[in-house]
Amino acid sequence: MVTRILRRGLIFVVSLAVASVVVFVFMAVLPGDPAQVALGTNATPEAVRQMRSEYGTDRPLLVQYAEWVGGLVQGDFGRSYVTGAEIGPQILDRFQVTLWLCVTAMGVALAIALPLGAFAAARHRTLGGTVLSGLSQVGVAIPNFLLGILLIMLFAVHLGWFPSGGWTPPAEDPVAFARKLVLPAVSLGLVQGAILTRYVRSAVVDVLREDYVRTARAKGLRPYQALVRHGLRNAAIPVVTVLALQLATLLIGAVVIERVFVIPGLGSLLLDGVGDRDLLLVQGVVMVLALAVLLINFLVDLLYTVVDPRVRTAAP
Amino acid sequence: MASRQASAVVVAGVLLVGSGCSAGAGSGGEDTAMAVGFTAEPASLDFTSNDGAAIPEVLLGNVYEGLVELDADGEIQPALAESWDVSDDRRTYEFTLAPEVTFSNGEPFTADDVVFSVERVRQEWTISVAAAMDVVESVTAESPTEVTVELSEPSNGWLYAMTTRIGAMFSPTGMEDLDTDPVGTGPYTVADWTRGDSITLERRADYWGEEPPTETVEFRYFDDENALSNAMLTGALDVVSNIAAPESLDQFTRDDQYQVIEGTTNGEVVLALNNDREVFADERVRQAIAQAIDRDALLDIVWAGHGEPIGSMVPPTDPWYEDLTDVHPYDPERAEELLEEAGVGDLTLDFPVPNLPYAIDTAQVVKSDLAEVGITAEIEPLEFPAVWLEDVFTGHDFDLSVIAHTEGRDISTFADPEYYWGYDDDELRTLLTEADRSDPDTQADRMGEAAELLAQDVAAVFLYVQPMLIVADESVEGLPDNRVGESFDVTTLTRS
Repeated sequence: MVTRILRRGLIFVVSLAVASVVVFVFMAVLPGDPAQVALGTNATPEAVRQMRSEYGTDRPLLVQYAEWVGGLVQGDFGRSYVTGAEIGPQILDRFQVTLWLCVTAMGVALAIALPLGAFAAARHRTLGGTVLSGLSQVGVAIPNFLLGILLIMLFAVHLGWFPSGGWTPPAEDPVAFARKLVLPAVSLGLVQGAILTRYVRSAVVDVLREDYVRTARAKGLRPYQALVRHGLRNAAIPVVTVLALQLATLLIGAVVIERVFVIPGLGSLLLDGVGDRDLLLVQGVVMVLALAVLLINFLVDLLYTVVDPRVRTAAP
Repeated sequence: MASRQASAVVVAGVLLVGSGCSAGAGSGGEDTAMAVGFTAEPASLDFTSNDGAAIPEVLLGNVYEGLVELDADGEIQPALAESWDVSDDRRTYEFTLAPEVTFSNGEPFTADDVVFSVERVRQEWTISVAAAMDVVESVTAESPTEVTVELSEPSNGWLYAMTTRIGAMFSPTGMEDLDTDPVGTGPYTVADWTRGDSITLERRADYWGEEPPTETVEFRYFDDENALSNAMLTGALDVVSNIAAPESLDQFTRDDQYQVIEGTTNGEVVLALNNDREVFADERVRQAIAQAIDRDALLDIVWAGHGEPIGSMVPPTDPWYEDLTDVHPYDPERAEELLEEAGVGDLTLDFPVPNLPYAIDTAQVVKSDLAEVGITAEIEPLEFPAVWLEDVFTGHDFDLSVIAHTEGRDISTFADPEYYWGYDDDELRTLLTEADRSDPDTQADRMGEAAELLAQDVAAVFLYVQPMLIVADESVEGLPDNRVGESFDVTTLTRS
């Protein structure tokens, strides 16, 4: 088990290093010069040259990369080209916003998927179950942003129940915070919920077919008792995996949804950074996203090891 | 199942939160708060080191003030300076300052602060507009309310530049957090900045001048034009500072609840010709392009008829504006003749354009007008600002391009042969220099002549001035007539 964890840890670190190289190279080949963008249409060539040397973007790429990664290792993301402000605190700030959005969306998704999935599984041969499966299929096919726009048109512009966008920190005004969170969280969560429903359904169907459930029922347990006592833990394994992977998708979906709903999270920061060619900022945000996704995968692996005794004893 | 009950509770809670407080923000009996929507958020609040136009938009006139300011008709008016005298040789300016002015940190505003601010532009500012201050030879405090500025040579452009951000007055004791906590003499202070969302200005109790009617003004930022319109439609905004796409205007003009204010701006949309290219060396080719384009039809298509055609690099709000659209009027037949005379057949031109809606739309119409006279223009959309600046503006890698030039009095860019126009003309330089050094009447004459020279010579094809299209709740009053300065002035905003 220890070697398994070590091995997974190594994979995690190597993936992160590869991600840093990829991000850096992508930003380096992106056309457009940050100094030129910062100085705008009044810039003289000398001013641009001076700005470049101030930014350090005129140095060899390898030097720039080494310095950037050296900083990252010490938790220093560097300073924004555009504002001159420390990037680290800014990312932390925005990450909280995105996290609120993703966690709430995940809550919405679970609130949809668990009951509906279990229901569809229990009734998987009936009309109700089939209709549910069909509906979830439709849900899977809708892009987040389209759903977001539709929800805005209906619930914000037409009915006026919710604001069409914006953000209020929860500490400042919890009610305004909640109202502004509803539509974006539903836009993200509904689609995820539809996807999860299908996984929950098939996981539960599988478990219900297992011998031990049959045995438990033969011993006189009622179906739901058998499911709760013996089946849930097993049904949870594939669901947790999917859940974790979905969390990673949610993070990416949030980038788009934040744009639609004017939410100042990581996604908005990323897109603004790309527009301004604020290279260090973009690199920082992408690394944080990559770290989050890799960390989730790593934790899922660990969780597997804990939840499923078969993995613990199996070859690493 | 337990989870089903739990989810029912969550759903019920969500609906409660949603319906409980839907009586909207924005309108109300006697609230004196106003929310104004914009499309570009400042990256920082320090315009001494950051070039973004969104910074002076929120701060100038509202938080910072200068000695002089620009009114909606483009005239220079007193602000912190009650009056000023100009010497006969036009090199010495004596300003008399308004008394009893204080900064928002409580410090009095005196002549020493003027000296500090002006010298600081020359020494510390890193942005390129600061170059307009280079002409200042000395600035001296004669008394707490009197300042003398000596210029190395006469310059009308300098006083005009003093109406922009470079003329903003700073306090030596208010410089610590320039990028987040600006200290100025204006009627508002920055009370809150939620990055990515909004900046809230709050009225000062100790403002020296007339107190503005509205207590708090929220500048709200939207990356997306649709999100901006939606916020207005849902009552989250009182004013949309500018509608950038005329198709979103319809939903407001149809509804009595809203008012639409149309004015002009300093944004001349120009079809730039790369004058360094051999094909444009022949004047007839440039003329042909100018005469091939139907400006009125262009405005109908791109701006639904809003905006104003121009014939040179002067917006209608400048004092020396003259309608020069007829210097090379729309005449596709003449254009074809000119091309024939020049011996140019089957002309194909590179046409890289910034990926901004107005620029793409304008380019499409230009392309089809040019096709009518036998010129093929190959449009290539470039990401703006990054790629367009690199390829076209700095790299000069284009034949034609289209962009709005929004700086005030930017006709002077034609005097610089290094600028991306690639335009090099001694007569124009002489005219512009004379205009800068002379008394107001002569200045207007020379500027007019310079404008006419550019039009005659087709240094570029001047298409139109971008319209200012403000949408506001019908109860809002005190909105600007035109946008000619760098500031979005909220000091007059009120509700009827």
